[in-house]
Amino acid sequence: MNGRAEARGGVRVAALEARGLRKNFGAAEIIRGVDLSVPKGERHAVIGPNGAGKSTLFNLISGLLLPTAGEIRLDGAQVNGLPAYKINRRGLSRSFQVTNIFPKLSVWENVRCAVLWSRGEKYTFWRSVEANPEIAQRTQQVLQEINLISRKDLPAGVLTYAEQRALEIGITMAGGANVILLDEPTAGMSHAETERAVALIRRISEGRTLLIVEHDMSVVFGLADRISVLVYGEIIASGTPAEIRGNAKVREAYLGEEAR
Amino acid sequence: MSDAIATPAATTPAQTGIARLAPWGVWIVLAVVLAALPLLFRSGTALTMLSLMGIAIIFALSYNMLLGQTGMLSFGHAVYYGLGAYFTVHAINWAIAAKLPIPLLVMPLVGGFAGLVFAILFGWVSTKRSGTAFAMISLGLAELVGSSSLILRSFFGGEEGVTTNRTKLLRLFDWNFGPQIQVYYLIAAWCLLSIALMYALTRTPWGRMCNAVRDNSERAQFVGYNPQVVRYLAFCLSGLFAGVAGGLASINFELANSALFSAVQSGNVLLATFIGGAGHFVGPILGAVLVTYLQNMLSDVTEVWQLYFGLMFIATVMYAPGGLAGLIMMHGPIWRAGALSGLFGAYALLLAPIALVTVGAVLVIEMMTHLGVKAAEGTVMKMAGISFDAKSGLAWVLALGSLLAGGGLALLAWRRGVAPAWDRAQGKAREKGLTV
Repeated sequence: MNGRAEARGGVRVAALEARGLRKNFGAAEIIRGVDLSVPKGERHAVIGPNGAGKSTLFNLISGLLLPTAGEIRLDGAQVNGLPAYKINRRGLSRSFQVTNIFPKLSVWENVRCAVLWSRGEKYTFWRSVEANPEIAQRTQQVLQEINLISRKDLPAGVLTYAEQRALEIGITMAGGANVILLDEPTAGMSHAETERAVALIRRISEGRTLLIVEHDMSVVFGLADRISVLVYGEIIASGTPAEIRGNAKVREAYLGEEAR
Repeated sequence: MSDAIATPAATTPAQTGIARLAPWGVWIVLAVVLAALPLLFRSGTALTMLSLMGIAIIFALSYNMLLGQTGMLSFGHAVYYGLGAYFTVHAINWAIAAKLPIPLLVMPLVGGFAGLVFAILFGWVSTKRSGTAFAMISLGLAELVGSSSLILRSFFGGEEGVTTNRTKLLRLFDWNFGPQIQVYYLIAAWCLLSIALMYALTRTPWGRMCNAVRDNSERAQFVGYNPQVVRYLAFCLSGLFAGVAGGLASINFELANSALFSAVQSGNVLLATFIGGAGHFVGPILGAVLVTYLQNMLSDVTEVWQLYFGLMFIATVMYAPGGLAGLIMMHGPIWRAGALSGLFGAYALLLAPIALVTVGAVLVIEMMTHLGVKAAEGTVMKMAGISFDAKSGLAWVLALGSLLAGGGLALLAWRRGVAPAWDRAQGKAREKGLTV
């Protein structure tokens, strides 16, 4: 169940690691002992049927929910129990399954807000947001990357769905986090839009660690270095795309025809 | 709202003189206007009203740091206004008694400091929660401070409050602040400074994050910010400026009393901010000016001015949730597209029907008031110099008739005239890529 990094000699610390992670909502056990280790620089996909607990897993890792038991480590340091904003400051950033942006702010402001903390601006109220040119430069760079520079002055709420999804990714990456969690980034997109989104995800995850939940199997198998299969709150298999494709248990539980 | 990307400005030597002043244009104009207003409105009533407007502007802008900027609905903003007033009055009295060489000019700072300190204290509790819980805590705190003010007589002076004499402090340039005009200039100076500072605050990293927290506090956490800290800072700074406004009010009235803490005061600032428009920085300024004007004018004209005020608030909430500023800003893209003139023609169609509705509504309200409240004076009443019987059938037919006819005509003018004209104008703006 451990990642390649440890298999290679156990020296390198995983970028992201979960051990014995559990989450109960009342009597219902949604996450039932998840172990997951993602080495630095890996693109790791989590797949599984609806209701398997994929989004809950993301919510636990990113600090939106507190785990009932188990621990989460980011670059070796324990982060479970920390509030979401502190986990984010330690270099973990996430996107959401349902678009989660600042709808009344301009596209430019959306991205800029995501840049501020990482440039050390914190809660500064004694100097202009434009005082540090790095902020505008980084914002500009991100907007070019997500191809929304021409829309920068529009309120984010009026963008098309695909544009909002791109903005969501832009906000997620703008702070320069080393670990990026994307929750179904291509859900609801057309084929052409999905292709563009995948190309974008591939670019922005270059040199970073990516954990992605995705239903579109062509995206998963095209993008991921390794795949974990989550079924009823447990990871039933973890391996390279080829290994997962060939895994009988996975085929039975989930993949079925889709994997071909 | 648009943010130019920071590029090194290529200025030629010829540009530097006036161009360097250009970003300050608005502030220079505002300063000139504030300085010139007393020359246009010379009467004592006008000066008093201008002074009240200045105070109301600071108070409403401070309130909008919460409501419009950060999305926090407070029902107890008068707490910081009132405490600012009391501390200023006590500071003035103390400075007079101790013969300290402190000019009146700096006294609003005491109010601001008091507002800040109590906001730091109370905000520590109230900003732990957001939304409805925050609103309820703010209401509770307002009640708490309001009732304490009647119990702690030594500080709050009971029912009568605490009086002071603003003329007894150290004089600068031979100004004793006896005449209202001098008080006006004191208020105007603080008003200009406060507006500038509060505007500058919206342009800081924290100020931008206030808007982000207002829009989506969950997302703000995932870009590294703790929404509670953002809200707490907004609360503290807003308390500071409310305290400055309260300090100025106490200087203006030479009095601080428990009415300053009242729910009415907290309600008024909410109404002014909302009617002016919480979504734009200038909104509360417009709202404060309009509401102060109406409160002073309407209360002279009619006994039920609060009813009109309430109707106006309901109309704003229902038909113009962006307030006055929202209505004006809606026209920005159309103006830039050069399509405004066509729209004004259509608006002119609305004038007569709206006048008719207003006349009808005013008649109905005033006749009902007269019959209900002033029954002892008989049924004959006088409006706009005309005496008539409030029980006569003709008066009622006229009143209800103009109300209904005006309403019908307004609806017709809206559907046939304004709505299509608006669509056309919007279309033009859209063609030019000025709106979506």
